Amino acid sequence: MASVVRSKKSCAVDPLKTSQTIGAALAFLGIDRCLPMLHGSQGCTSFGLVLFVRHFRETIPMQTTAMSEVNAILGGEENVEKGLLTLMEKANPDVIGLCSTALTETSGADLGKIVRDFLQAHPDFPAAVVPVVVPDFAGALPDGWATAVTRMIEDLVAPAEQGGAGRELGCPAEPRARWINLLPGSHLTPAEVEALADLARAFGLEPIVLPDLSGSLDGHVPEAFLPHTLGGTPTAAIRDMASSVLTIAVGEHMRGPAQALATRSGVPFEVLESATGLAATDRLVGLLSRISGNPVPSRLRRERARLQDAMLDAHFFTGGRRVAIGADPDLLFALASTLSDVGCEIAAAVTTTSSPVLERVPADEVVVGDLEDLEERARGCDLLVTHSHGRAASERLGVPLLRAGIPSFDRLGSPQAVWVGYAGTATLLFEVANAFLAAGEAHAPGEHCRSQGGTARAAEISG
Amino acid sequence: MLAAKIAEVLNEPGCATNRAKSAKDRKKGCTKQLQPGAAAGGCAFDGAKIALQPIADAAHLVHGPIACEGNSWGSRNTGSSGPTLYRRGFTTDLDETDVVMGAERKLLAAVGEIVAKHRPPAVFVYATCVTSLIGEDLAAICKAACARYGLPVIPVEAPGFAGSKNLGNKLAGQALLDHVIGTVEPERTTPYDVNIIGEYNVAGELWQVKPLLERLGMRVLASISGDGRYRDVAASHRARAALLVCSRAMLNLARRMEERWGIPFLEGSFYGISDTSDALRGLARLLVERGAPPELLIRTEAVVAEEEARAWSRLTPFRERLAGKKVLLYTGGVKSWSVVSALQEMGMEVVGTSVRKSTEGDLARIHALMGEDAHTFDSLPGMKMYALLKEAKADILLAGGRSQFVALKAKVPFLDVNQERHHGYAGYEGMVALVREIDRAISSPVFREVRRPAPWEESYLAEALSPPGGERAPSPSPSSSKGP
Repeated sequence: MASVVRSKKSCAVDPLKTSQTIGAALAFLGIDRCLPMLHGSQGCTSFGLVLFVRHFRETIPMQTTAMSEVNAILGGEENVEKGLLTLMEKANPDVIGLCSTALTETSGADLGKIVRDFLQAHPDFPAAVVPVVVPDFAGALPDGWATAVTRMIEDLVAPAEQGGAGRELGCPAEPRARWINLLPGSHLTPAEVEALADLARAFGLEPIVLPDLSGSLDGHVPEAFLPHTLGGTPTAAIRDMASSVLTIAVGEHMRGPAQALATRSGVPFEVLESATGLAATDRLVGLLSRISGNPVPSRLRRERARLQDAMLDAHFFTGGRRVAIGADPDLLFALASTLSDVGCEIAAAVTTTSSPVLERVPADEVVVGDLEDLEERARGCDLLVTHSHGRAASERLGVPLLRAGIPSFDRLGSPQAVWVGYAGTATLLFEVANAFLAAGEAHAPGEHCRSQGGTARAAEISG
Repeated sequence: MLAAKIAEVLNEPGCATNRAKSAKDRKKGCTKQLQPGAAAGGCAFDGAKIALQPIADAAHLVHGPIACEGNSWGSRNTGSSGPTLYRRGFTTDLDETDVVMGAERKLLAAVGEIVAKHRPPAVFVYATCVTSLIGEDLAAICKAACARYGLPVIPVEAPGFAGSKNLGNKLAGQALLDHVIGTVEPERTTPYDVNIIGEYNVAGELWQVKPLLERLGMRVLASISGDGRYRDVAASHRARAALLVCSRAMLNLARRMEERWGIPFLEGSFYGISDTSDALRGLARLLVERGAPPELLIRTEAVVAEEEARAWSRLTPFRERLAGKKVLLYTGGVKSWSVVSALQEMGMEVVGTSVRKSTEGDLARIHALMGEDAHTFDSLPGMKMYALLKEAKADILLAGGRSQFVALKAKVPFLDVNQERHHGYAGYEGMVALVREIDRAISSPVFREVRRPAPWEESYLAEALSPPGGERAPSPSPSSSKGP
């Protein structure tokens, strides 16, 4: 459907993209008692850290190997060794996610070898060290996230023969027949991850979620303060992922990790391209019902009926509206397809990195580019959907902004927003329709700014 | 080339700490060796960007992979009274091919695109670790761009791995000295022209100070660099005197401007009432020494007396509310002692302060204020800070954004006094604002609410079972949301 083009500019203006290195770090923040350490200069870490602190409004455990120019030329082994030993002494984590950066990849450091040599020299090192090659000069945040999850699976999941060899799909008495793996993409908020896990539980299934930001970055006051993550997927659960009956990956970028898990453990997988929208949720619910052998609970049936109602109510206000979206590929797809289902026209679609899902975005064209590309194409649109950096374009264009994605630093509560599942999709539609309503009200009373405005008013009167 | 620049900015005779060192130690520089696994804070590139980006009408182009600009842009709360170009994020966003094949042509084209779209008075081009490592000749490309597009294109060679944020500040100052200052003549000059150096207008603090200077009849020829304009900075060599606000960041710049153009400077601070007065008096004295009419001194005294009286009268009502409250201060440099003295004036007890960015002079002043056995610390890891707060050793934490959640998770009031702060605390007005914000934080009812026991806890059950009435002392008078 959509043709995918790359912005031809030499100078990116107002970046939409954040780097894959911090995407990998974010994935590690979804593991319990974990500490990501970026192998780079200290700015690599501090920029990512500040970005996440502003978005999640949480303390973010993240360290650096603090590379200097001389270290970079010499290879940086010493910095990794010192860094790992220091982390162990000061933080005592279960897992250390060691992420390379543009700096160390350019200097030619072999991260895998550095870690192997380190573990040989320190055979009793108590934490698992997971090295991930994620230079900032390639990909975007979801790529780094997916690579990190793949590496976690390769390093931390016990192979099938050691993992209890569960997977007795036909045997309901075996508790592990109830286990599934859930691999959420980086575009899902902590609350969305929890909502998807709850959905699986509603069918009597027990999901192992990797990574699980809902345990670590959901925004709660903990009982203690420690220098590593508090909450997230426990390493013991990761080890057992080979025993699940099925892996459900949410977002096209999670296909790689799901495939890696299948290769390692033989667990079959399904990739859901989205969990937002009526059809996408139907697919997920149908799948959960099928693998659990349980009927869809009445509560979910009710939620589906409510979503239908919400879509019918919303379509008066969303029909024919032109929307411009700038987001990572899977978030772009989820939002664009859901909004086009209620009659919106996706007039501009800009994304950060390549993905097979882009061709399926319901738009004429998807640009891999920046916020300037989005702004140029968003002229005359009724709504701009992107992260908080879109606010300047929104002001210049006079088009309302719906914040979606990371970072969202000028609004509270985005980690707790839910736009997945039947209820979550209804929430999204209400927000979008309300944005159109508010923009309509901002005009002079009685002024019919567009034909939809007239319909909207009529609907209000009759409703 | 970079090594030579770093050596140059670190050879700082104006710095007392540096003078006291042996020749060998001096060579090592003043940046502490960073410890892998236990480092915090920004890199040199970050420092350079902080120092120069406030020049609001210029374009700031980052030559590097996406992380350097994509992960960090728009995070600095520095204000402009006019142009907004500095707020836009420009980067060459290097990909793998660029790294392998070199990206000098891309950089040249990128400058061209910016010039075509925005016609800025100048473009600052920032080196990053990757471009340094692959040997991009930033100076040569900037020269070529300058010739091709006919505007100043300034190379800022402060790649992240050169060192700390502070070193980056200094390298930024060096870039201004090498390429900007002195390249433009001001349209007119007056005997009252001053430069403000090292004030970045975070949360509009320059605007709390500038009106004071204007009341004295002074003219800010150039602000380096808060709410700055390129041509003003380029013409700043014609100022009669300069005030250096953050000495750690830009001492090299102020001293070299004194050497090269004979502009005397004064190190001062606008944090705290008496410090603000001292800075104004000192600046007036410098101007008079350089030939401004001596009645400036009298005018200054009059303004200082009036402003001080006004500030104190506005602060008095808070003294009653804040006396005896305990403050933990975790910030750097001049802010440590100047805020300590202000809080002590309020009758507050400063139970500890960090000295991590403080100079010898800062340290001496802290000890003079808090006594020799003052509780000072270089760095305070989150866990220790949490424990301190949890044990109710302090009623409020004043620190930077990174520590915010340590305090909040310990259910202790917090006030941001660093980069991301939302209120300006400079000058007389600023001190009133600081005290008002402290009061607002300390007296917020939210802390009482979130500390309530949960319904499944024993203390809750005990309270629920106790006879009605008198179970809780009446809360103190509600906090005034406007302040006196």
